[in-house]
Amino acid sequence: MSRYILKRLVMLIPVLIGVTFMVYFILSLSPGDTAAIIAGEGADAQTIEAVRKDLGLDKPVIVQYGKYMWNLLHGDMGVSYSTKRPVFTTIMSSFPNTAKLAFWSILVAIAIALPIGIISATRQYSAVDNVGMVAALLGVATPNFWLGLMLIIVFSLNLGILPSGGMSGWKSYIMPAITLGTGDAALICRMTRSSMLEVIRQDYIRTARAKGVPEKTVIRKHALKNALIPVVTVIGLQFGSLLGGATLTETVFAWPGVGRLVVDSIKSKDAPMVLGCIVMLTITFSVINLIVDLLYAYIDPRIKAQYKKK
Amino acid sequence: MATTNNSAAQAGTATKKRGQFKETWRRLKKNRMAMIGLTVVVFLVLISIFADVLFDYDTVVIKQNTQIRLQGPSAEHWLGTDEFGRDILARLVHGSRVSLSVGVVAVSISLVLGGSLGAAAGFYGGTIDNVIMRFMDILLAVPSLLLSITIVSALGPSIINLMLAIAISSLPGYARIVRASVLTVKDQEFVEAAKCIGANNFEIILSHIIPNCMAPIIVQVSLKVASAILSTSGLSFLGLGVKAPTPEWGAMLSGGRAYLRNAPHLTIFPGIAIIITILSLNLLGDGLRDALDPKLKK
Amino acid sequence: MAENKKDLILDIKDLVIHYETDDGTVEAVNGLDIQLEYGKTLGLVGETGSGKTTTALSILRLVPDPPGVIKNGSITLDGKDILNLPQKDLESIRGNLVSMIFQDPMTSLNPVLTVGEQIAEVIGLHENISEKEAADKAGQMLEVVGIPKERYGEYPHQFSGGMKQRVVIAMALACNPKLLIADEPTTALDVTIQAQVLETMKELREKFGSAMIMITHDLGIIAEVCDEVSVVYAGQIVEHGTLEDVFERTLHPYTEGLFGSLPNIEERRHRLQPIPGLMPDPTDLPKGCCFAPRCKYCTEACTKARPEMKWVSDTHYVRCSRYDEPGFKIERSVQ
Repeated sequence: MSRYILKRLVMLIPVLIGVTFMVYFILSLSPGDTAAIIAGEGADAQTIEAVRKDLGLDKPVIVQYGKYMWNLLHGDMGVSYSTKRPVFTTIMSSFPNTAKLAFWSILVAIAIALPIGIISATRQYSAVDNVGMVAALLGVATPNFWLGLMLIIVFSLNLGILPSGGMSGWKSYIMPAITLGTGDAALICRMTRSSMLEVIRQDYIRTARAKGVPEKTVIRKHALKNALIPVVTVIGLQFGSLLGGATLTETVFAWPGVGRLVVDSIKSKDAPMVLGCIVMLTITFSVINLIVDLLYAYIDPRIKAQYKKK
Repeated sequence: MATTNNSAAQAGTATKKRGQFKETWRRLKKNRMAMIGLTVVVFLVLISIFADVLFDYDTVVIKQNTQIRLQGPSAEHWLGTDEFGRDILARLVHGSRVSLSVGVVAVSISLVLGGSLGAAAGFYGGTIDNVIMRFMDILLAVPSLLLSITIVSALGPSIINLMLAIAISSLPGYARIVRASVLTVKDQEFVEAAKCIGANNFEIILSHIIPNCMAPIIVQVSLKVASAILSTSGLSFLGLGVKAPTPEWGAMLSGGRAYLRNAPHLTIFPGIAIIITILSLNLLGDGLRDALDPKLKK
Repeated sequence: MAENKKDLILDIKDLVIHYETDDGTVEAVNGLDIQLEYGKTLGLVGETGSGKTTTALSILRLVPDPPGVIKNGSITLDGKDILNLPQKDLESIRGNLVSMIFQDPMTSLNPVLTVGEQIAEVIGLHENISEKEAADKAGQMLEVVGIPKERYGEYPHQFSGGMKQRVVIAMALACNPKLLIADEPTTALDVTIQAQVLETMKELREKFGSAMIMITHDLGIIAEVCDEVSVVYAGQIVEHGTLEDVFERTLHPYTEGLFGSLPNIEERRHRLQPIPGLMPDPTDLPKGCCFAPRCKYCTEACTKARPEMKWVSDTHYVRCSRYDEPGFKIERSVQ
């Protein structure tokens, strides 16, 4: 098992190199003179040249990239062009905010989605099923930044009971977490339902019933554990993307997280910050995926056996 | 999925193909939700084609008229007016052009590009497969919205760049589907047979393998157009989409943010337009999936 | 006639089960009767789709509903009226008074629970003992079916097909049921493993004294383990009798056809005589005798009305209108 984990972590290295190279290359395509932007408005040509030389921007992209990677290997993500603060510490101060929001959002999503999905499947075509599935369809179709704005209209502007943005106390979590959670809930709910429906038709469920297992236990013990295997993947992937891309919701609610940091840095052409964020988010995303795969093994002994062989 | 493909493949002949199409259509027609989705999608497509007939672009859609700004819905302006006094309905109708065209073009690009890469990877295997799929892994490792944001910001905001950005970030999905389909089909006897009668690789890919991945691809396309439209509106919302004054749903929504308290309709209506579009595309996509693979439904 | 109620573990009367789907109504079981005494073994033989499995499931009230609907008839199991029993009582009967072995051992075990857990579960449900004791007993049951109890904690995917079926058998017998239903228990297994599993089942059934219904299309298995045989065709029993009755004094043309389809190693000069045609479409059964379209003895009258049950001895009956004619004999009985 640990060999498998190690292997997966090692496989992460080329992916990270690829990602940084790709993003570095894309960012180097940006129009406009980075040195001029950093030097600030109204700086004379000499200052701009000095900045360019200072940051090594006069060298070819590949050389710049090499230097960046060399520093990254030494744990140095560089310094922000706009704030002049180290990239790593800036990200590290935003990341916990994103993580906290992601945690509560996925909790909201699971709390809504699992019960509805399970009930929908066990009582297919009932009222609960129909209402639940229509809601899930709507949930998937609703852009979360729009939902966020609607919540702001109702709860902040009209009722005045929740703060419209920022991160201050538990109340400020409610709307962002619901905004992010409902979209994911819709996906997880649909997945749970279809997976449950699939499992309920399996022979071993009939075996369980034939043993005299009460219907509730059949669902809870025999069906759910099997049905949850694909659901866990979806939850994991959603959690990963929450950690990496709550960009829009963070922007709507002025949430001081990594997603907003990326958007702001892109707007101010702060390449080291953008790169740093993407490296961090890619690592997080990949590690979450690895954890999901390991959770799989925990639920499904067949997969565990496969990992052990490797 | 694989067995459906195989049986379709073995059927092979033109008449059988048409039979399969008819059968799919028959099953789709029975699905009420999918038909609602299809109707709405067709309606939206017609609206965007005839947008100019409905509302003139220069005099209605982009011309500012500040005397009537921020008005609520009325007989004259069904959905009210925006912060520059422009008719919101007219802008939504013209906005459907942007959304649908970005959706369709982005998906077509990534389908052709991703599909070819996936087909090549699956067909040739070995090093080619490895190189292509590792590249896809790299694309997949970056959350897709973030990737689109980076690309658009580097290339500069414009409709074309928006399409490219969304297309690139959804490449891996198509590559994987097509590669998987190719792998299941590749070693089957009819491909061996085609090789034996001297068909070259390109012919084999084109005439034997691609038709066999059609079912999952059609489903993926209808669902992906929906998510491309969502991404477009998201990017525009961040100010990385089309340039003003071109009407785009996400941008309209974003423009309304400043007037949330007094003129929420500026934000509400574009959102509803997005929801209706995505919902109907998803209904259609789900319906197609059930119709193409009836085993999944019961 | 063996109609003394007190001796019967199972009494099914005029059972009718339909599957009502969008594409039409499948008439799976059409007026089927089974009487089985305690401790006896009944073979239910017939082709795929003849309604054997549906009948078996109905005894446990496990016919999937929807689309399955029990239209008519009664099922009395150990004196209990199964069709009118509340869910809770049904649950206490299943796996306890009656248990079932399913056809495909590959899919009938839950992949995420250990085999031990799955056996212990049924014991825990029906016997008032602690979890520990249930686990101990499950271990013993594994030994009984020839699996070392050290494998208690292993998962189904670590077992071969034959071993899995042994686990299913252990599960079915764990609570010492009065009736065991085996639905083609060996069909999915290799021939050599089939014999082993069958042997195990036979021994255990004798040891536990359970009555058994053996569902199969394999006449060899019937001859091996059964006391009585019912031949099922299109959801109805067309011939029933003791093993000797049906094998030695065959009456129904369909039964004759089944024997004719068997290869005979002693008479290889004889060609196999397969039954021509296919089972009738269960959504559109013929008006008369269901076997008439494939029957070489078929007359005009056969296609008009469903044949009645005709007892020829205390133990043997047949549904074939031709026996209304005195002196009618099928070829097999002439030979």
